[in-house]
Amino acid sequence: MELTRRDLLVLGSGAVAAAGTGSLPAFATPTEDAIAALTGNVVPGEGVIALNAPEIAENGNTVPISVSAPGAALVALFADGNPVPDVAVIRFGPLNPTRTASTRIRLARTQNVIAVAQMEDGSFQMARAAVKVTIGGCGG
Amino acid sequence: MAPCNGHVLTFGLVKGHEQMISRRDFLQAGMAASALLGASGFGNWARVAARQSLSQEQLLDFRNFGNVTLIHVTDIHAQLKPVYFREPSVNIGAGDNRGAVPHVTGADYRRLYGIADGSPSHYALSSDDFAALARGYGRVGGLDRMATVINAIRADRPDALLLDGGDTWHGSYTCYHTAGQDMVNAMNALRPDAMTFHWEFTLGSERVRELVGSLPFAALGQNIFDAEWDEPAELFAPHAVFERGGARIAVIGQAFPYTPIANPRWMFPEYSFGIRDEHMQEMVDEVRGNGADCVVVLSHNGFDVDKKMAGIVSGIDVILSGHTHDALPEPVLVGSTIIVPSGSNGKFVSRIDLDVRRGGMLGWRHRLIPVFADVIAPDPAMARLIEAERAPHLEALGEVIGHTGSLLYRRGTFNGTWDDVICDALLAERDAEIALSPGVRWGPALIPGQAITREDIWNVTSMTYGAAYRTEMSGAFLREVLEDVADNIFHPDPYYQQGGDMVRTGGIGYRVEIDRPRGSRISDLVLLRTGEAIDPARTYVVAGWASVNEGARGPPIWDVVEAHVRRLGTVTVTPSNAVTVVGG
Repeated sequence: MELTRRDLLVLGSGAVAAAGTGSLPAFATPTEDAIAALTGNVVPGEGVIALNAPEIAENGNTVPISVSAPGAALVALFADGNPVPDVAVIRFGPLNPTRTASTRIRLARTQNVIAVAQMEDGSFQMARAAVKVTIGGCGG
Repeated sequence: MAPCNGHVLTFGLVKGHEQMISRRDFLQAGMAASALLGASGFGNWARVAARQSLSQEQLLDFRNFGNVTLIHVTDIHAQLKPVYFREPSVNIGAGDNRGAVPHVTGADYRRLYGIADGSPSHYALSSDDFAALARGYGRVGGLDRMATVINAIRADRPDALLLDGGDTWHGSYTCYHTAGQDMVNAMNALRPDAMTFHWEFTLGSERVRELVGSLPFAALGQNIFDAEWDEPAELFAPHAVFERGGARIAVIGQAFPYTPIANPRWMFPEYSFGIRDEHMQEMVDEVRGNGADCVVVLSHNGFDVDKKMAGIVSGIDVILSGHTHDALPEPVLVGSTIIVPSGSNGKFVSRIDLDVRRGGMLGWRHRLIPVFADVIAPDPAMARLIEAERAPHLEALGEVIGHTGSLLYRRGTFNGTWDDVICDALLAERDAEIALSPGVRWGPALIPGQAITREDIWNVTSMTYGAAYRTEMSGAFLREVLEDVADNIFHPDPYYQQGGDMVRTGGIGYRVEIDRPRGSRISDLVLLRTGEAIDPARTYVVAGWASVNEGARGPPIWDVVEAHVRRLGTVTVTPSNAVTVVGG
C-alpha cells in the first residue's frame, strides 16, 4: 500500500484531534509525556546528574546502568524505545550519602535511557544515554 | 560527540581532503609499476634490485633516545611465516574522522607523509600497484624476522619493554589445530612483558583460563570484567608497573571493548567488556598516585576509539593502538598523548623511545619498522621453533588446492577480492541466492600466479565458529542486517563503532549513504542474478559463516572454499561494482 497525500492529511488531522482531546502537548511520545507528568511540564536542567550505560549493549536482556545524582531526592528512569518506557523510580532518604544507584534493565532495541531527578530543592535535572542493541557484528 | 581532534589530526584532515589525486600522480604510479613489472620479466632481478636498495641496517637504523624503549607488536593473527599483506584502498572514516588518518589511502596517503611512488614505504603502507611491488619487494612479516628486529632493539636497549596488543592466538591452520598453543610457545620465546586480548576469547573461557594462567608475563585488561558481578575479572590485571631506565612505567591493558558483541558471547559468558573510560581514568589516577612517571595504554580499542579516549581520559602518555590494523609512519597526537598504531599480520614492529624523568615524559622518538622478509634475516632460534610447530601439519598446510589469476586481498571498507571468492564459494557450494561474509580485517593477500594452498585458505577463514550456515531471510530482515552492520561501521561517534569493515555480500547489490542516520543508509537492494529489486516480503536463501549465534550448523567455511577453488582450478575475480557508496 502506498500512502497518498489524502491519507497523510487524514492521518495528520487524526493526530491533531487526538492531541486536542487531552491536556498533553501535541505529538509527545509516551516518554516525553511521562517526564512532563513527573516534572509538571517543567523542562529539566542538564549537567548535574550522570547516567552511565554501555554505548553498545552486550546483551539487550540485561543492560547494566548506573546513575549518580548528588543532591537528588528522587530519580526516575525511562527507556524510550521499550513498549512500556517506565523503568524505575528510586527515592533517596536524607541520610543517603552518595545518591547513586545501579541496576540492570531490558532494552527491546536501540534507544535512549533517560534519568530524571527531582532535586532536594524541588528543581529537576536530566541525563540521557543512547544504547545500541545490535543484531550481530563482525569485528576486526 | 566529544571533541577528539588534535592539531595533527586537523592537519591530516585538511591535507587529505585538499590533495586530490592528480593526473601526474597516476602517471608516476603507472611508471613505477611498469618499471618494476618490466624488471620482473628478468627472473629475480627485481627482487635483487629491491634487496640491494634496502638493507637490514637501514630498516633497523635508530639512534637511541631518552632512557626507556617500548616495542609494540599487535594483531599478528597467528602469522608465523612471511605473507603478502595489502593495505586498504578504501578506508572510509565516519563523522569527524572522515578524511583524517588512518582514513587516507593510496596516493593521498603517500602525499600526506611524503612517500615516493614505488618506494619501499609505498609498498608497505599503501595499496596501489600492489601485485607489481610485491614481486619486487617480496613478502613481509614472519615471527622469525620479527624476532631479529626485537633482538636488535634489545641489543641497543637491553631492558626494552615488549608489549603485545593481542589478536595473537587466532588466524591460522596451526593455531586452530593447537588451540593457540603454537602462538603461545612462539611468543613466549620472544619474552613479552605484557599482552592484552580480543580474538583469544574465541578459544572459549576454559582454554583462555588455561593459556592465560600459563603465561610468564602480565595478562592485562582494565576493561575485562566478571559478567555476573560487574567487577574486574580476577584472571586479568588492570595494569603492571615496570622499572626501566630509572623511571617507573605503568602499562594499562585495554581489551577489545566489543568482544561479546562482535564475537560469540556464548563462548565466554563469564566475561563482560566495554570501553569503561571512567575506570580507565581511575586506573591512570591510581598508577600516577603510586608514583608512575609514565603511563602507557596497551590498547585493542581500534584507532578512532583510542583517539576519542585520549581526549576524555587525562594523564595517558602513550597509547599503543591495535585492532583496526592501521599502520602510520608517525604517531598521532591528541593533547599530550601520542597514539601509535602498528599494523597487523606481523608486517610491522614499532619502536618508541621515551625520555622519562621523575614525574613525566619529556619527549619521544618513534619508528614504524616494516618487516621486509627478504631483507631482514630470520632469527635462527625462532625459525627452528616455528618449523617444529609446523612440522606435524606440513603436508596438510602445503597441499596446493588451485591457483589464482587475480590479486586476492581482504582489507577495505567493502568486499575485497578474497571475500568475493568466499561469497562465490558460498553461493555455489551451498546453493544459495545470497551470501554474507564477515567484515574482518585479518587475512593475508595472494598475488596473481600464486598457488592457493590449504594454508592460504585457512589464513582467511580460520576461526572457532566457522560453520557455513544456510538459512532463509526475508528481504526486509536482510536489509535490517545490512543497516545494523552499517551503523557499527559508519556511526559518527567511534564509541558506537565495532572497528570492523562492512559485511561482505555476494549475489546482491545495494547503495549505502554513509552520512544518513541509523536505519536509513541502505537502499536499492537488488538480486544481481535477475536484476530485480529485493522484495521485503519475499524469502531468500542466504548462506554465510561466522555467525555469533550458538547452534549455527553447516560445513566449515574452509572446506566450502577449498571445494570451490578445487573445482575452479584457477580463480579469477572481476572487480565488483555491486555496492554504490554515497558520501564516503
